[in-house]
Amino acid sequence: MTKIAFVRKKEIPPSAPPITEVGLIGWFRQNLFSSWLNSILTVLSVYFIVIILWDFIPWAYGGHWNTKSLRECLDLDPDVACFSVLTARWKQLLFGLYPAEEYWRPTLTFIFLLLAIVPILFPKFFRFFWFSIIYPGLAVWLLWGGSFWSISIVYIGLTLGALFFLTLIRQYLKNYIIAAVLAFLFTTVFFLFISNPLVGLLNVILPISLPFVESLKMGGFTLSLIVGVTGIVASFPIGILLALGRQSNLPVIKMICVGFIEFIRGVPLITLLFVASVLLNYFLPPGTNFDIVLRVVIMVTLFSAAYMAEVIRGGLAGLPLGQHEASASLGLTYWQSQRLIIMPQALKISIPGIVNTFIGLFKDTTLVSIISLRDPVGLASTIRADQKWNGIYWELYVAIGLMFFIFCWGMSQYSQYLERKLKTDK
Amino acid sequence: MEKTKINITDEVAIHISDMNKWFGNFHVLRDINLEVRRGERIVVCGPSGSGKSTLIRCINRLEEHQKGSIIVDGTELTTDLKNIDKIRSEVGMVFQHFNLFPHLTTLENCTLAPMWVRETPEKEATEIAMEMLEKVKIPEQAHKYPGQLSGGQQQRVAIARSLCMKPRIMLFDEVTSALDPEMIKEVLDTMIQLAEEGMTMICVTHEMGFARQVADRVIFMDDGQIVEQNEPEEFFKNPKSDRTKLFLSQILGH
Repeated sequence: MTKIAFVRKKEIPPSAPPITEVGLIGWFRQNLFSSWLNSILTVLSVYFIVIILWDFIPWAYGGHWNTKSLRECLDLDPDVACFSVLTARWKQLLFGLYPAEEYWRPTLTFIFLLLAIVPILFPKFFRFFWFSIIYPGLAVWLLWGGSFWSISIVYIGLTLGALFFLTLIRQYLKNYIIAAVLAFLFTTVFFLFISNPLVGLLNVILPISLPFVESLKMGGFTLSLIVGVTGIVASFPIGILLALGRQSNLPVIKMICVGFIEFIRGVPLITLLFVASVLLNYFLPPGTNFDIVLRVVIMVTLFSAAYMAEVIRGGLAGLPLGQHEASASLGLTYWQSQRLIIMPQALKISIPGIVNTFIGLFKDTTLVSIISLRDPVGLASTIRADQKWNGIYWELYVAIGLMFFIFCWGMSQYSQYLERKLKTDK
Repeated sequence: MEKTKINITDEVAIHISDMNKWFGNFHVLRDINLEVRRGERIVVCGPSGSGKSTLIRCINRLEEHQKGSIIVDGTELTTDLKNIDKIRSEVGMVFQHFNLFPHLTTLENCTLAPMWVRETPEKEATEIAMEMLEKVKIPEQAHKYPGQLSGGQQQRVAIARSLCMKPRIMLFDEVTSALDPEMIKEVLDTMIQLAEEGMTMICVTHEMGFARQVADRVIFMDDGQIVEQNEPEEFFKNPKSDRTKLFLSQILGH
């Protein structure tokens, strides 16, 4: 018969783990050589990495940077890279056909872009958010040029409209919808009748303007960033609204959102781009000049907004019903509860999917080369059509790929940082 | 512990008459008539599926009733969103699964609704929140996130969060059912304290000890109907209906 009764005689104090489980040795054992299969895979992987680098490093390291043509490179040493094409054409890859004496404008726009996204990415700098708000106007003015006032007037008009709305709400009306309609009418009247004479007047008093650069001159990474960044920034809020609309109890709103999302997702982006570049002209009244870059940006935005909506809907579905009930039971209204409780959590769940969509959108901007806009990939064909560089491809595409990689990798790193930062359960 | 009975007034807090509710074809609540007076503490019990949770969820319109009327603090619950939001801000609710907002700290959980619904300034809202967190005895957890707290602590935060809105009525929906035995007591103690302060409370619970100790009235529900209600002494000693007797013998039998 075994004895069941047992009483602990002494407490066992915690002790250090065995040496093979911690430190460098522990890490190697756990991660690289945890079993026979893993050990073999580790060795094979190292082998493949070595043989690739064995060829790549001498090829890249010994590359020519200063020859006049591909022919010259091949005559010198056919076994190494011919980066001279980048030396000769890097300006074009960055700026497209932008006038050379105006290169400072896209450059400045890019520097300002980096400054403008800081307050959005890092809440610590949120007090500089005003710069992120004026940035879009500033960027449009710097890139396309023209009168400073014709861009500023948009801001002036919208600010006046917002002030008008707030004054109405604060002093005269309690009804948001009527106030919004009145404010909209006010703003429309401003833009129809007042803005043009005002811009004319301001131009006379204080003429500030930059030489105009037309959209077809935009190209290279400047174009990729214009389309990509605008698409990312605009598709995010549209995606949120579509996701909420799809969950709405109001059948009409729901139907419109579902229809839009399903239609856009069912059509290839290239088709939409063709519509933007060719077909729209048939539908628009003759003589209207609807900017090609704007058309492309709109299509890319709508396209990724539909994907964004589905990603965010996934996040919304991942939230327990209790969160809706708890916020409702505290008396929060629908929009308050969406803004303060539901969206922060749904977006947090969807971060990987959202960033995935952003990265996809940014890389999809290369598709504009199909409708003969000169993005880096489109330019690569142009450069390769040049007699001097005919036959080159590795060097060019590696460089373009590297540029895209830097941006996409940055986005991915930021999303991982954000996920770590928003983790609240540890 | 002696029960305090001084608090019940003649003022009607909740008036429910001939209320019916269906989920699709399923008739969950049938001809419910209930009048709750200010300061009264009511325990609702019954087998699962008897409609007791649904009943209290109708009081703050988490569920919509289809027939009859519910009047809370003199305001009738209709489809008017303004009335619903008003009633919800006056009626606190605590849930079985706490439903704290995981992306906000304990303190932020407590200050959010007062700041946005009542437009209380942040400083004042924080003071109220700290006062309530002290009341539920966890002021030291104010800057932690819900995920870092134990179940019992989370449920006490949930109670504090509701109290910050200074509600006139509190609804408790099986608040101890998801807790470990060791944690049930700390939550019940908080509820007892609240009951002694004269809060109007409706508690759906299986904690019969709690019912005996604090309730002014125990309601037994089955099949969407109120089967029996009485003072706790009488209810437990002399249940009148057979259904109640069966229920009590099953939950008190072991």
